[in-house]
Amino acid sequence: MASSTTADGAHDHPRGLRRFLFSTNHKDIGTLYIIIGAVGGVIGFILSLVMRMELANPGVTIFPGLAQIIHFADPAMAFDAGKNLYNMFITVHGVLMIFFMAMPILIGGFGNWFVPLMIGAPDMAFPRLNNISFWLLVASLVLAVFSMFVDGAPGMKGFAGGWTFYPPMSGNVGTPGPAMDFVILALHLAGASSILGAINFITTIFNMRAPGMTLHRMPLFVWAVLVTAFLLILVLPVLAGCVTMLLTDRNFGTAFYDPAGGGDLLLFQHLLWFFGHPEVYIIILPAFGAISQIVSTFSKKPVFGYLGMVYAMCCIGVVGSIVWAHHMYTVGMSLNAQRYFTFSTMVIAVPTGIKIFSWIATMWGGSISFRTPMLWAIGFIFVFTMGGVTGVVLANASADRQFHEGYYIVAHFHYTLSLGAVFGIFAGYYYWFPKMTGYLFNERLGNANFWLLFIGVNVVFFPQHFLGLAGQPRRYIDYPDAYFLWNMVSSIGMIFVTLAMIVWLYVIVEAFMKKRAAGDNPWGVGATTLEWTLSSPPPFHQFNTLPRITGSAH
Amino acid sequence: MLTGNRQLLRRAAVAAAALLPVLLYPALAAAQAEGIPTPGGIGMAATVTPVGHETQFFYNGILMPIISFIALFVLGLLLYVMWRFNDQANPVPSKMTHNTLLEVVWTMIPVMILLFIAVPSFRLMAHQVEIPEASVTIKVTGNQWYWTYKYPEDQGGGFSFDQIMKPEADLKPGELRLLAVDNEAVVPVNEVVKVQLTASDVIHAFGVPSFGVRMDAIPGRLNETWFKIEKVGIYYGECYFICGKDHAYMPIAIRAVSRPDYEKWLAEAKQKFARNDGKDDGALRVAAGDERR
Repeated sequence: MASSTTADGAHDHPRGLRRFLFSTNHKDIGTLYIIIGAVGGVIGFILSLVMRMELANPGVTIFPGLAQIIHFADPAMAFDAGKNLYNMFITVHGVLMIFFMAMPILIGGFGNWFVPLMIGAPDMAFPRLNNISFWLLVASLVLAVFSMFVDGAPGMKGFAGGWTFYPPMSGNVGTPGPAMDFVILALHLAGASSILGAINFITTIFNMRAPGMTLHRMPLFVWAVLVTAFLLILVLPVLAGCVTMLLTDRNFGTAFYDPAGGGDLLLFQHLLWFFGHPEVYIIILPAFGAISQIVSTFSKKPVFGYLGMVYAMCCIGVVGSIVWAHHMYTVGMSLNAQRYFTFSTMVIAVPTGIKIFSWIATMWGGSISFRTPMLWAIGFIFVFTMGGVTGVVLANASADRQFHEGYYIVAHFHYTLSLGAVFGIFAGYYYWFPKMTGYLFNERLGNANFWLLFIGVNVVFFPQHFLGLAGQPRRYIDYPDAYFLWNMVSSIGMIFVTLAMIVWLYVIVEAFMKKRAAGDNPWGVGATTLEWTLSSPPPFHQFNTLPRITGSAH
Repeated sequence: MLTGNRQLLRRAAVAAAALLPVLLYPALAAAQAEGIPTPGGIGMAATVTPVGHETQFFYNGILMPIISFIALFVLGLLLYVMWRFNDQANPVPSKMTHNTLLEVVWTMIPVMILLFIAVPSFRLMAHQVEIPEASVTIKVTGNQWYWTYKYPEDQGGGFSFDQIMKPEADLKPGELRLLAVDNEAVVPVNEVVKVQLTASDVIHAFGVPSFGVRMDAIPGRLNETWFKIEKVGIYYGECYFICGKDHAYMPIAIRAVSRPDYEKWLAEAKQKFARNDGKDDGALRVAAGDERR
């Protein structure tokens, strides 16, 4: 079936269930990844909406009732169940947004769709591997969702120890129930899925570039995915080992993380963050790549300092892998270790600065058209700078000691991820929407989506800097009354975010109802990468004759 | 287009306006009470220890102005290119893609800024981590969901007590919800207090914003930190690491008193907490962790 070919090389074109369930086509798998990412993102967003509703006022208001609905908690125990449920929400929100929203959309979605198109390849190197990568992620999501409804902490349901899964909270002391085992297996599957995907990307990029597409002519998005894939292969096995030891600690009586048996709790933290810190670059690098394409397209100028951009990303990948313990400044590390991690962390600001300034230099002298994707891209540069500079603050162990596990941290990583990565996702999504679907979206609505989310997330997260400076700890269901004002403001911001999400859904519906044909290239002369030479949507199999790249595409 | 001079003036005015909040910020941040969070406050918690003051200066005096300037500088550049190089103002794009001098400059200047930050940062770090000769040592153990304080016998103690949050119904007027506790820990003012930290069940973190202190309490490990309080008063802190359902309900309250008052409190506390002989050791309890459940 799928392998049968006719004389002119056209392949069988499966439809319906067979097309998507058994798909080996990089574009269909990319679409599936974007859909699962959207589902994960919407659930994660709803969790955050409920949390902000709870935090709008001091006191515990929503969660006890919610625990009775979701976990069928005994009304007499509802208050405790509610507090546990809040902690479970923050945990699941983190897990979903990282593993089931940002990574699937940026790497699985945009990566699968556009890496082969941009390098002039007919498909990914291992199409069947691509299929299993995706379906492992679905199985992983199912396990993660299951974990929310099985026993966790004594008398409670779900794992409620934060997305970093530190033992003993995640061990038998904090969570004796099977919820954590579900989470561990979900992480294993998600990790295997990502490793397989990364192998596929590296092989594809190294071996399937069209003639003339040298490494130094590759679009920056492809470079970003390449660096990301190397990071994934480097760090995900460490996560797998880290949580496997937790699994055996929990079930088979080992004591890797049990001080009573000679184990060490900090071992887990070092392993987790050896994965966890590169993970944030795994999320942000593809967004960097997409932003580079978009800024160049709408400035109608090639990217400024292409080689600097490429090696800045490589540098971020390498340095980003040796700074992990800056998440652990308060665990009691030696002074010299703190000095090392402080300075190496601050060094990352240099290549990141190169990228920010190169984007601005790309716009400098350009002829900028403020189409919807460009608004998102400019918004990205600003909010990511905001998140970046607070990152320089927190890089300092000396300052971090005042802000650790407080709202300053929450504001910082949401400015880089919730605003940074998400704006990168929306920028790429609106940039490639016409290419992926063949339809134009309503730009007025797309712009409304941008402004609502831009205002919304800034109102949500900027006041959290104040809360952090004043000392509010994170992961608190209730806070001293002095923190009321900025919590209320932060929650009000969620109204705008909610409206933005509704507009986003409406943009999709509207585009599919109106069916305005996008044409090959809706963005004009600035869109120079190979995907814009194909029809929208591209044919089921593209580049039957490989394109020949002569000039520099960037 | 504006003429050169007017354009320059206008830019200077914009820059000054943008810097205003940065200049005002330390003044705003200073007007705060110690020990408790200020309602609606936007600045760092007021501090009462040498390390706390140095942290304040490091953030308010060095980091905050630098990062505000950088963020506003990038915002200004973005607004400028959006205004100057949009497709109406500049229909024909240039083809400029390289400028070696510019690239060297925007690599070197951040490096120099980071070196400038590193000097006070490393000095403060040493002050935080290297503990001076202490006159009082207390051992604090994190539990689900309260703190245990142990005062050693050789310093006039020999007792331990639990510090548990006061439920809302028991609050007296003036006591703060989620911060007030049943037993405040008392330490002498103007003396170096060393705190040893561990935990009996899961990881907790001991943090008091007005001291500039935040340190994890980890089962099986003994961490150390210190503070020297300069003002008599009550100072509140909270648990800074997620530790289960009542993570938000295990505040820390430390009262700083004069040396004679401290001696008096020690004597009273010895009576009051006589039942607790101080042998209930957190590190031992974790060793028996499995039996407890």
